[in-house]
Amino acid sequence: MTRREWLEKRYRSEKERDVRFSTVSDMEVEPLYTAEDLPPDAAERIGVPGEFPYTRGVYPSMYRGRLWTMRQFAGFATPEDTNERFHFLLKQGQTGLSTAFDMPTLMGYDADHPRALGEVGREGVAVSSLADMRALFKDVRLDRVTTSMTVNCSASALLAMYLAVAEEQGVPWTQLGGTIQNDMLKEFIAQKEWICPPEPSLRIVVDMIEFCAREVPRWHPVSISGYHIREAGSTAVQELAFTLADGIAYVEAAVKRGLAVDDFAPRLSFFFNLHNDFLEEVAKLRAARRLWATIMRERFGARDPRSLRLRTHAQTAGCSLTAQQPLNNIVRVTVQALAGILGGVQSLHTNSLDETLALPSEQAVMVALRTQQILAEESGVTNVIDPLGGSWAIEALTDRMERDAREYIDRIDGFGGMVKAIDAGYPQREIADAAYAYQQQIDRGEKAVVGMNRYQVPEERPTDLLRVPLEVEQRQADRVRRVKRERDGAAARAALQRVRAAAESGENLMPPLVAAVKAMCTVGEIADVYREVFGQYRDPAWL
Amino acid sequence: MAVGRPLRILVAKPGLDGHDRGAKIIARALRDAGFEVIYTGLHQTPEMVAEAAVQEDVDAVGLSILSGAHLTLFPAVVEELRQRGGGDKVVFGGGIIPDEDVPALARAGVARVFTPGASTQEIVDWIRANVPRRAA
Repeated sequence: MTRREWLEKRYRSEKERDVRFSTVSDMEVEPLYTAEDLPPDAAERIGVPGEFPYTRGVYPSMYRGRLWTMRQFAGFATPEDTNERFHFLLKQGQTGLSTAFDMPTLMGYDADHPRALGEVGREGVAVSSLADMRALFKDVRLDRVTTSMTVNCSASALLAMYLAVAEEQGVPWTQLGGTIQNDMLKEFIAQKEWICPPEPSLRIVVDMIEFCAREVPRWHPVSISGYHIREAGSTAVQELAFTLADGIAYVEAAVKRGLAVDDFAPRLSFFFNLHNDFLEEVAKLRAARRLWATIMRERFGARDPRSLRLRTHAQTAGCSLTAQQPLNNIVRVTVQALAGILGGVQSLHTNSLDETLALPSEQAVMVALRTQQILAEESGVTNVIDPLGGSWAIEALTDRMERDAREYIDRIDGFGGMVKAIDAGYPQREIADAAYAYQQQIDRGEKAVVGMNRYQVPEERPTDLLRVPLEVEQRQADRVRRVKRERDGAAARAALQRVRAAAESGENLMPPLVAAVKAMCTVGEIADVYREVFGQYRDPAWL
Repeated sequence: MAVGRPLRILVAKPGLDGHDRGAKIIARALRDAGFEVIYTGLHQTPEMVAEAAVQEDVDAVGLSILSGAHLTLFPAVVEELRQRGGGDKVVFGGGIIPDEDVPALARAGVARVFTPGASTQEIVDWIRANVPRRAA
């Protein structure tokens, strides 16, 4: 019996539940997938692990060779507080560090700036100068961990500080492994922390790609991120498409700078979201690998297999968690993390159950890390490579995600590339529309959020939340003022002047930035140079 | 009182955080509910929010913040409004705000705080019930 016959003769006469059978992104799915859903060249498109087009994974041995890196994002209050959390996480078996900075640091303001009022150390760790960076990585040997730093518009200053700390530890830059997010295009699309407009922002990103390719060869100078696009409310396909379109824009810009694609593309990495819809998420990650490999080979002529491999970090979806019945979040995170693992990610952050209320407590972070360890060491899913590969449903959905994402990428090409599409507000509006549609579905009860729009119980919100004391702000502001008072003022001014000259001339910004942070110039001072030379970007406030 | 004039609401994002998903959803939902909505965009100072509220002659100001700076920035907006003669505008807000902070915000003049899980309808209903139409 063919699928069509089965549908007509057997399925249609059966009763269906009165719901819309669609993914969390509202993509309708078939009741059944069969071999008929796969294209004639399916075997080639699916391939084998470690070989083009990498649908089944970027490495031949995948988790049998090496587990993913367990990397919990951490950062709050003072550098000393976060340093303590880092040491706690490493002691608990975490294998990489991941730094969250506070809003002023992320926007290029020092802790003593009026715009920093009320924000210092609240959403991440406050870092204004090299003094803070030294304290943040105290007793962490930078050649023995890999560090991820989630920072974008001020990333160039923060990377310069990290390099300076490595030098002070006697660690050569060639031995530094890690990632700086530095994905400015998705900032304009989704996360919305910026200093200057898209064009100069892109130029700074390319400066960092170029510099790292030469001087810090094991570093990932940009982590092309769909995570925030999804958190802003996009669908899975939009997340996939806009992320790869951002990647295309970076590669184009770097090639235009004169770099050979295989000299920098192996160090590009990705960061995806893991939402609730299990099959959709697995398909998204598999489609992402196949699409990127094809784009790199066909569009950019990459030859080095490392340029073709989409290696990715992933994080479970903060936006999927509920303040209601927060223990349920452990279950959501488990399902999402499993999708990431079966989707073949290289690095993973699992969210903490209390994140909708405040920064995660130590206990909540431990449960989140243990979730990964249980999946890795107890569940058995790591024993077989890409165990869902060849599932008709998974392969058909992977094909569909790839096809739909290609359509979006074509549309963005039609604008003249992602920077132009951003200027036109295209991805921003697509995401806002999807976010609103999803909220309406939740409000109408069409999409389930257990504990929130169904199965509610009266409950008290927990009160033992991690709170950042207000004194932190004073302490950090005092510290940056002291740094500015005690440094060699003339040397700092001269160093900043060299940063300005590079910004104006188009010379690579990184060497003068490293010199500037060593002269104790601050994040805010460097960002001020950017603001003055490149102008300040303001939110177009589209609805 | 201008009969039938729709309520004018300013939806504002004070502070540095770029999480505008909630603010934009609320702005659209209020507009769909028949209110006149003005959205400030991101990264506003309390002064900018208060100035916009007075200039636009709104009836209420809805603040969204997810960076944890609500205890500093919400009261600052209320204070800036008072200084500009806009103390009669109803101020409400939402975001990642622990329940235990709500009384302090209420004392500072924030009429209502919506926390994660609030539906857009709940917010629309609350505005209809609690925001008086100011004399034109």
